[in-house]
Order: sequence, then structure tokens, then C-alpha cells
Amino acid sequence: MKVAEQEALNKSERVGKTAKLSGRQLKNKIFKGLFIGATGFSILMLLILIIRILTQGLGYLDWDLLSSYASRNPEDAGILSAFVGTIWLMGVTAPISFILGVGTAIYLEEYAGKNRFTALIQMNISNLAGVPSVVFGLLGLTIFVREMSLGRSVIAGGLTMALLILPIIVVASQEAIRSVPNNLKEASYAMGASNWQTVYRVVLPAAIPGILTGNILALSRAIGETAPLIMIGALTYIAFLPEGLLSQFTVMPIQIFNWTSRPQEEFHLVAASGIIILLLMLLIMNSVAVWIRNKFQRRF
Amino acid sequence: MSMKKVWMLLALVAVMVFAVACGEGETDETDDTGSTEEDGTEEETSGDGSEEEVSAEEGELTGEVAIDGSSTVFPIMEAISEEYTAEEPDVQAPVGVSGSGGGFEKFIAGETDLSNASREIKDEEAEALEENGIDFFEMPLAYDGLSVVVSQENDFVDHLTVEELKQIWVDGGAETWNDVRDEWPEEPIERFAPGTDSGTFDYWNEVILEDEDINRNAQMSEDDNVLVTGVQGSQYATAFFGYAYYAENKDSLKVVPVDNGDGPVEPSEETINDGSYAPLSRPLFTYVKEESLQEPQVVDYVKFLNENAGDMALEVGYVNLTEEEYDENMEKIEEVAGE
Repeated sequence: MKVAEQEALNKSERVGKTAKLSGRQLKNKIFKGLFIGATGFSILMLLILIIRILTQGLGYLDWDLLSSYASRNPEDAGILSAFVGTIWLMGVTAPISFILGVGTAIYLEEYAGKNRFTALIQMNISNLAGVPSVVFGLLGLTIFVREMSLGRSVIAGGLTMALLILPIIVVASQEAIRSVPNNLKEASYAMGASNWQTVYRVVLPAAIPGILTGNILALSRAIGETAPLIMIGALTYIAFLPEGLLSQFTVMPIQIFNWTSRPQEEFHLVAASGIIILLLMLLIMNSVAVWIRNKFQRRF
Repeated sequence: MSMKKVWMLLALVAVMVFAVACGEGETDETDDTGSTEEDGTEEETSGDGSEEEVSAEEGELTGEVAIDGSSTVFPIMEAISEEYTAEEPDVQAPVGVSGSGGGFEKFIAGETDLSNASREIKDEEAEALEENGIDFFEMPLAYDGLSVVVSQENDFVDHLTVEELKQIWVDGGAETWNDVRDEWPEEPIERFAPGTDSGTFDYWNEVILEDEDINRNAQMSEDDNVLVTGVQGSQYATAFFGYAYYAENKDSLKVVPVDNGDGPVEPSEETINDGSYAPLSRPLFTYVKEESLQEPQVVDYVKFLNENAGDMALEVGYVNLTEEEYDENMEKIEEVAGE
């Protein structure tokens, strides 16, 4: 009697389970569709953007665009000073933000004790990553341009940009350092290695792909920023190239923005060509990031 | 790449960066002293010589002219700097775009020689300059005719009086076109206006709004092309912006003649130039730091600017001043430069 009851119960449970199973499969399908839709939407938007930029910009995209200065005639207008200015700016920003950012990350992950002070620093860094870029521009204007009287120079712009992307680099580097397996470090300590020896010989080699990828992605953000640079007084029309760190400069996004706000339709087309060049620069930087990741990646 | 190499490379880059930075600083200092000496001799020559002496030195001037300010004036200055660089390749005359107000901030801080503005300097800005001991004078460069436009599909608006404009734009004024004039349709007015940071808005605020709040339904944009697109797309929309933006979109916009009491006047090069397109013809200025006119390259640049501003203005979509006004500018320049 009891056995029969038990069997009947089992049976009804099984029926319930199959009903649940089909429900779960339906849910699975719905969510799968939702995610495909989300991916498709962003890819579609990206495609529209690229096609629009290409159809508008290809007409003006030639060597002259890259080799001449800005001009009031759309036909003569070029992006040379902005292109070179962007490269200079990146040249200053990259080493400064790398040294400061990775240094901070190593300190926080490997040296700092887990106390309130560290937690405070950690929280501030995360918050800084969300501060609007204009605020960094104001900071740069006050400290670098006025207090340190560096003027509206490449170095002032580079330092401001370095500060802007520093939080991103610190957080990305910390993630990379944290992902190094603990047993590797412990093995190193067990061999009698000091903290620095462990960081230098074990942690950094394992974390460097992640660190470099984070750095390059942060630089990709910096390359498209205008607000802080306008704040510190980067110029718009400039008919010479930066000669040193104290030269004045302009960058691609500023020049592009200026062109798009002109009344003449032709300037909008020149702007589209400028955007193509900027996108190419970004693409190259991101490819380098991918290449570095693949080259240095090791699996544990 | 081993870790050692990575670190060596980084150290090298860091050293180079600082070396260049220091080196730059030194050369800059020597440059400074060099140019002061030059200044001295050139002042002497222009003192006992005449203007021909100065122009004979063409192509030999060096140094920098620091220019910043309004984005409305920018196209004129860009054109001037472009032409000037062709004549004096060793003078650096870059132009920044911080807006009229942002430009004055830098002007007050003593960072610029010329400050472009699409409005007159405000009293508090003039006071701050005085406090900092910066003498300056105002130099009108060209006119811009603020154009009031509606969509081409709009078949009822033939002209607007200044009072009607105020009624449309002021907060708490007209809601529909019917509120403006009885024979017009009872459709809500859509408004597109330049952002409050722009000199264009300041000027509109002064002559049309008379310091009252702008209608809170107005859509504001710092990019005038957005305003153009907004009006193009809607039958009951209106907007105002610089003449160049109308001139460039004549085929898709309808300009509204403005009546200031003497009958409706449409903005055009003639009506803006002779002042009959009132009150929406506004002058564009640059403000010159008087002390900077002690430097030969600045004097030369400012003179070049005054001689060519009219032509360049026309070329980039503004309207030139009258000949007398440019002559007045020149007298002022020569007076301040001590010639």
C-alpha cells in the first residue's frame, strides 16, 4: 500500500518536472532572443555610424587632409596640427599615467595593509573614475596651467589627461594583479623571496598583459576627450606643430568638433574624414592591446 | 620582452620626458630675453623711422600672438591667422575657442593678447581687467545679422515686429501662433535657441528678451546646426542664429523680415552693413590688450587684422563694417602703439 502511494507521488512529481522543464526551455529561448537582440542592436548602430561616416568622409580623405593645416576653405582644410598634437599628447600621457597608475596598483595590492586608510584610498579611486572630465580640466587649469605656470602646453594637457585616466588604469591594473594565482606568490615567498622580488619576478610578468590592455583602453578614452583640453585652453586654429613639451597644441576631437559646428556643409564632410582618421587611430591602438594580450598571455 | 627590458624602456622614456621638459624651459628663457632685446631695437627703429620701416621688415618678425574667445568670431580669426602665417611664417598666431566669456577670463588672467567676443564686454569683466591693471580697447571687426527663421512649410508668417518676437520668446508669452496674431493658426510654437553660454544668446537676451527669462519650452543647443535641423523638420517651429547659418541653408529655411518700426527688413549683406536690419545686426569684436601693442609682431598682426577683417568676414559668412569704422580702428591702433 505504502509502496503504491509512493509510486503515485513520484509519478505526479515527474509530470510536474516535465512541465517545469518546458517552461524553463521557453524562458531560455526568450532570454537567448533578448541577448541576441541586444547584441544585434548595438552592432546595427555601430554599422550605421560607420557607414554614415564613410559615405560622408571618404570624399575628403586623402593625403592632403593629413598633411595640411586647418583652413577657412574646406578644400584646403587639413588635420595635420591636430593629428600631431594628439600623438604628442598621447606620448606625454601614456608614460606618466602608466608609471603612476601601475605604481599605485602594486602598492595597494601587494604592500598596503588591509586597514581603513587603504579602504578610503580604494573608495576614492573608484569614485574618481566617475568624475566628469570637465572637472579634471578645471583641476588642470588651476594647477598645471596657472600654479605651475606651464601655460597652454602639451605637458599641461598631458598631465591633465594622465590624471583623468589614472583611476581607470589603477582599477584595471589592480584587477590584473589580483588575478595572479595566490599559489604562485606563495611559492615565491616559500623560496625566501622578498616582497619586491615576488612582485618583480612573479606578479608583474603574469599580470602585464592585463595591465597593458587596461592602459591602452584608458588611452583610447583619453584620445577622444575634448572638454578638459578646451578647459585648459588647447587651441583650435594652429598653423605650426608642437616643438616641445611647452608648445601649444590642438587635438583631433577639438578640430572635428569645430568643423561640425560650422554652417558650411563641406566642413561637415571634412569632419567626417577627420573622424575616419580618429577611428583608425583608435582601431590601431586597440589592435595593439589585443596583440599584447595574446603575446604575453600565460595560462596557469 | 623580459621584465628587465620593459623597465629599462620605461625608465628611458621617463628620463627623456624630463630632459626635454627641462631643456624646453631653458631655451624658452633664452628666447624670452632674446625677444626683449629685439623688442628694444625694433621700437627704436619704428620710433625714428616710419611705417614703411615696419613693413620692410615683413617676413622677419618672430614671436607669438595669443588669441582666444568667441566661437562666432573664430572663423574670421582663423582666416586672418591663415593669411598672416603665409606672410609672416615665423610668427605664431594660434586661435583658441573658449567662448566670449571664457575668452575674457583668460584675458583678465593676462594670458591672451586678443580676446574675441560676439558681445560687448560686461561691466564686471571690465572692472576685473582694471583691477589687474590691464588696459584694453575694443575693436569692432564685422557685423553678424541674427536671423529669425521658420520652416519653408510655414506659409503664414510674413514678418514679425520686435514686440511680436518678444511675445514669442519670453517666458509666459505666446503659447500658440494664434496668440501672436489673430489670423495665424492655433498651433503651439516650437522654439529653438542657441545655448545660454553663447554671445548670440546674450545679444538676443539684451535686445529682444530685455533680460526676462526665455520661454522654458525653448530647446537650447550650443551647436547651431542642431537649430537648423530642428526648424527644417517642423512646420510650426522658429529659431534664431547667426546669418551665416541662414545663408548656408537658404534653400531649406525661410527667413522672417523683422520690423523695428520702419517696416519689415530682411537680413542681407546690404541691410546688415548699412544698419537698417535693426536691432538684430550685432557687431563682432576683438578686445586688444594695450600693453601687447609694444610687441612688434602683435602690432603687425592687429594692423593686418584690421585691413583684412572685412574681406575675410564676407568670405566666411559675415558682413563687413564701413570703411570709416576700419579707419577709426587703425587710428586707435596707431595711437596706442605710439606711432
